[in-house]
Amino acid sequence: MEKKMKNNHASLNQIKTSTNVLFNAVFLILAVMCVFPLLFVFSISISSEESLRMNGYQIIPPQLSSAAYQFLWNERMMILRAVFMSVSVTVLGTILAVILTTSMGYVVSRRTYKLKTLYTWIVFIPMVFNGGMLASYVVVNNILNLRNTIWALILPLACSSFSVTICRTFFRITVPDSIVESAKIDGADQFCIWSRIVLPISKPVMATIGMFAAFGYWNDWFQASLYIQDKNLQTLQSLLNNIQKNIEYIANNPYGGLSLQQYKSSMPTESVRMAIAIVIIVPIACTYPFFQKYFISGLTIGSVKE
Amino acid sequence: MGNQQSPVKGKSGKKALKIPRKRWTRDDTELFLLSVPTLVWYLLFTYLPMFGVIIAFKVYKLAPGGHGFLYNLLHSEWAGINNFKYFFTSNSFTMLLRNTILYNIAFIIISASVAVGGALMLSSMRNKRGSKVYQTMMFLPYFMSWVVVSYFVYALLTPERGYLNGIITALGGEKIMWYQEPKYWPFILVFLNTWKGMGYGMVIYLASITGIDPSLYEAAVMDGATKAQQARHITIPSIKPVFVMMLILDCGKIFNSDFGLFYQVTGGIPQSLYTTTSTFDTYIYNAIQSTAPIGQTAAANFFQAICSCATILFANWVVSKIDNENRII
Repeated sequence: MEKKMKNNHASLNQIKTSTNVLFNAVFLILAVMCVFPLLFVFSISISSEESLRMNGYQIIPPQLSSAAYQFLWNERMMILRAVFMSVSVTVLGTILAVILTTSMGYVVSRRTYKLKTLYTWIVFIPMVFNGGMLASYVVVNNILNLRNTIWALILPLACSSFSVTICRTFFRITVPDSIVESAKIDGADQFCIWSRIVLPISKPVMATIGMFAAFGYWNDWFQASLYIQDKNLQTLQSLLNNIQKNIEYIANNPYGGLSLQQYKSSMPTESVRMAIAIVIIVPIACTYPFFQKYFISGLTIGSVKE
Repeated sequence: MGNQQSPVKGKSGKKALKIPRKRWTRDDTELFLLSVPTLVWYLLFTYLPMFGVIIAFKVYKLAPGGHGFLYNLLHSEWAGINNFKYFFTSNSFTMLLRNTILYNIAFIIISASVAVGGALMLSSMRNKRGSKVYQTMMFLPYFMSWVVVSYFVYALLTPERGYLNGIITALGGEKIMWYQEPKYWPFILVFLNTWKGMGYGMVIYLASITGIDPSLYEAAVMDGATKAQQARHITIPSIKPVFVMMLILDCGKIFNSDFGLFYQVTGGIPQSLYTTTSTFDTYIYNAIQSTAPIGQTAAANFFQAICSCATILFANWVVSKIDNENRII
């Protein structure tokens, strides 16, 4: 009954049909604009090299070919190594990010902590002032000597004041002092409280932090372009980045009695580029609709003021 | 003992802080230990680089004997403000300053209008499921790296086979050498920036619109307000705090630029596009990759960092003057 009333109210307060149609049309165009490039790149990746040369890039491939994917399959050692690196960086980095961020977030959220004010400043200052690209580069490269190690990809992105603040706000709301106090009376220390009580009831915020971190690591090419020269430590993104400059970068594994030169010239260069882009996008495009709500909740928690 | 007293007083928040001598308890030790890993991270990756600004005042030279970077740095001569002089008087400085600021102003104005406008439209759409689908589709570009986006752009713009040139020639026009014509790039970059951030911006504003108390709208309907009036007098004032916060954050980034956008999408900034698409970040990045003296690059870096800090504090101060409730710091 009540629901019906509400529906009536809502229908009273609706936009005109013509406006609704107009809005739908606008968003349809915008939405297609956002998805179109993906389909376009995919269709290039399955076009034959010959038709690309003749007709340029087309939305509907005039001549289908799986040459690009076959080529990637032949170079699978390189691709798989890059996939492995990307996955390891993403997994390790995400775990580390969740641990570092939630532990700090929890400590800053405790009102009784003696160093609370100091910590608030420690977290706040980097939001306003940072050393910048060059200084970070010097620290990672020259002082910590992390060049050409997986840690150069993981550590610089492992924490941020933004995510610590999200955690702090979340813990303030969901972990009341009374829970912590009662656990303490039962003899639990703070580490125990954090790992056994706080984290299990904070899955939404962990998902948010984890997702931010995971997408950040998966999409990162910048750290790799600064710190990684070793071909064996390439992630997918940096592979893509290097191929953009020089497509022959990938062709180093001739097969079927071809010389390296013949192999390179037989390579379906245009479609291979796009095929690698597809390899990167597909995992993201398939997963983000499911995690979108965690992003949104994280962003809205982050904007709650105290 | 202090441990048991604190929670009682802790409830009144600020009062607990004012107690002059709360003893250091075991609880504090445990919390400190818990925070040690993150503290170390903060020290190494945010505070250590802050001291990196010293490089800007030095003439960095390799000392004989293969010592580490820090040793060399400390034993290099002081340069005073020579590095800054060099940077400020170089040809690039005004160009970089102009590009960085103008691009950012364009980005802020256009992205904010698109996001607020889009959110208002999405929230008033009748078919809620349709609106969800549109949101998800528009969020897709946000999750892609600029490297991937640069491939899309390449597919559209590459002179010989690009899709746009295909259309232009089919219509009887002349091929455009996109990557050599600086005049198009401000539009391309603004368009791409809006395209990539559109879904994200709309979703943030939409979240704060859905949080508005529906009884406000019901009352407005009773008083005979039209949809447009409701938007003007209820929705827009309600999302103002979020709007102001986003604005302050954006202003704080006015001396920074989305490096990937400028560097990747242009294909590594070719010479022909250098003066239209260079920003402080691309300048510093190129300098890191080249053999330019590190002190001069550091001066650019230092200038950028100080300006960012000043603008964010200034934006916050302006907001606090106009409307004290909305300031974020």
